[in-house]
Amino acid sequence: MKRALGVAAVLVASVVSAQGSEITPSDVVYEDGAVVQSLTGVAGNAEEGAKIMNKGAGNCIACHEVTALSHLPFHGEVGPMLDGAADRWSEAELRGIVANAKMMFDGTVMPSFYKTDGFVRLGNAYTGKAHEGDVDPLLTAQQIEDVVAYLMTLTDE
Amino acid sequence: MKRAKTYASILTVAVAMGATSVWADADEDQLVVNGEIEMITEAAAAEHLEYVDTVYSGWRFRSDETQAFQMDDFDNPAMIFVEKAQEVWDTVDGSEGKACASCHEDVESLKGVRAVYPKWNESAGEVRTLEMQVNDCRENQMGAKPWKYTGGDMANMVALISSVSRGLPISVAIDGPAQETWEKGKEIYYTRYGQLELSCANCHEDNYGNMIRADHLSQGQINGFPTYRLKNTKLNSVHARFKGCVRDTRAQTFSPGSDEFIALELYVASRGNGLSVEGPSVRN
Ligand code: HEC
Ligand code: HEC
Repeated sequence: MKRALGVAAVLVASVVSAQGSEITPSDVVYEDGAVVQSLTGVAGNAEEGAKIMNKGAGNCIACHEVTALSHLPFHGEVGPMLDGAADRWSEAELRGIVANAKMMFDGTVMPSFYKTDGFVRLGNAYTGKAHEGDVDPLLTAQQIEDVVAYLMTLTDE
Repeated sequence: MKRAKTYASILTVAVAMGATSVWADADEDQLVVNGEIEMITEAAAAEHLEYVDTVYSGWRFRSDETQAFQMDDFDNPAMIFVEKAQEVWDTVDGSEGKACASCHEDVESLKGVRAVYPKWNESAGEVRTLEMQVNDCRENQMGAKPWKYTGGDMANMVALISSVSRGLPISVAIDGPAQETWEKGKEIYYTRYGQLELSCANCHEDNYGNMIRADHLSQGQINGFPTYRLKNTKLNSVHARFKGCVRDTRAQTFSPGSDEFIALELYVASRGNGLSVEGPSVRN
């Protein structure tokens, strides 16, 4: 009886996620640094992704140069140039890199954009004060999907 | 399979960087102030530095325009603050009826001091920054109120005291009783703070010479402090800069004057051993 109930609960849970509920940061499954399953079940929007590359919580070009975004000023050199990223990596790998690059590149300086724990002296955004309460990841699940959709447009071939 | 792919991508990256990027280390410029003070802006790294062979002053990473401000005291906006501090130096303050000059006479008598701070103080049993020493004189010699750690009065006075040591090589002691503090500072330097999980080393050791957004990363040396920044048009103290850098990792910062920042200052100062004292310098 108890057992049957448990199975039913699992079934319900998987049905819900198939219908598009988000995978929380602690539930993301990494396989060799890649994340196969969409975090939201909703296709990413590459145009929105391009915006996240530039400003705010993504700010990817602070560290990466992207020729397709050369109309925006000040691309950094801390990370590799992202031209052709979609030729080098699969969608699942790109999702893994953006969600938590440390799973793919051990010890990398690239921040983990979909992670909510394990920080040292976590601050309240850029105020320098201590963070209180629940922690939001740097990017939402849908923003991750949007950035991945944008990265998938970066092909050389 | 995945490994091979990773290596391939690293190769692509290396080629891309060589071909298109404006990647630049320290430039080749020489700093001579007022046509007479020859600054050592590049030196062999001290033995205790494990991952860096050569240390560079932050001046070597600035644009020619920013660099020029520091080459002559008439052009250096920080010198106005040094002049203000010179007045304060000679002005009596506090219950004992004394000025700095009452004990130290000419500020030139403090030549060499900036180069060896932070420094172990035997009678107090602590590592002291220059700011701490200034406030100790104010409180215990002059009977005057201590200045705010990163306030204008303090930054001005530290700039004055630095200015008479310009050109001398930084030579901070890290052994003996200072060692414990130094080790603590080193640990802080390599800790990845905040939601961005970045350590001082991630930016200033692994990536100096690289652009991060619009900023050309230097080694984060403190031989030029206090620095006059064109961005905020005032003198900036070491601990204020540390605070800004930690805050930018989306971390809870340490306070200026805290034990953590004192330890970090000793450690970062020691990473610049061999470079000239440049303070007050000019940065963007
Ligand atoms: C603080 C610097 C930094 C930021 C910010 C950053 N990255 Fe990275 N990124 C790196 C570094 C460094 C690497 C190289 C991996 C390593 O450490 O070996 C990398 C690797 C990558 C790669 C694989 C590169 C390749 O082609 O082989 C992708 C894709 C990527 N980053 C995307 C992003 C995206 C998208 C964002 C923003 C949402 C971002 N990065 C933000 C530093 C950064
Ligand atoms: C996210 C990147 C980043 C991190 C992490 C970081 N800094 Fe910085 N720091 C900068 C940038 C950008 C500048 C301005 C350009 C320059 O001088 O390097 C700077 C400037 C400095 C300067 C001024 C150098 C000069 O010549 O005027 C010092 C000192 C410094 N940092 C120390 C530190 C210390 C100590 C830490 C760790 C507590 C740290 N930084 C962490 C990015 C960073």
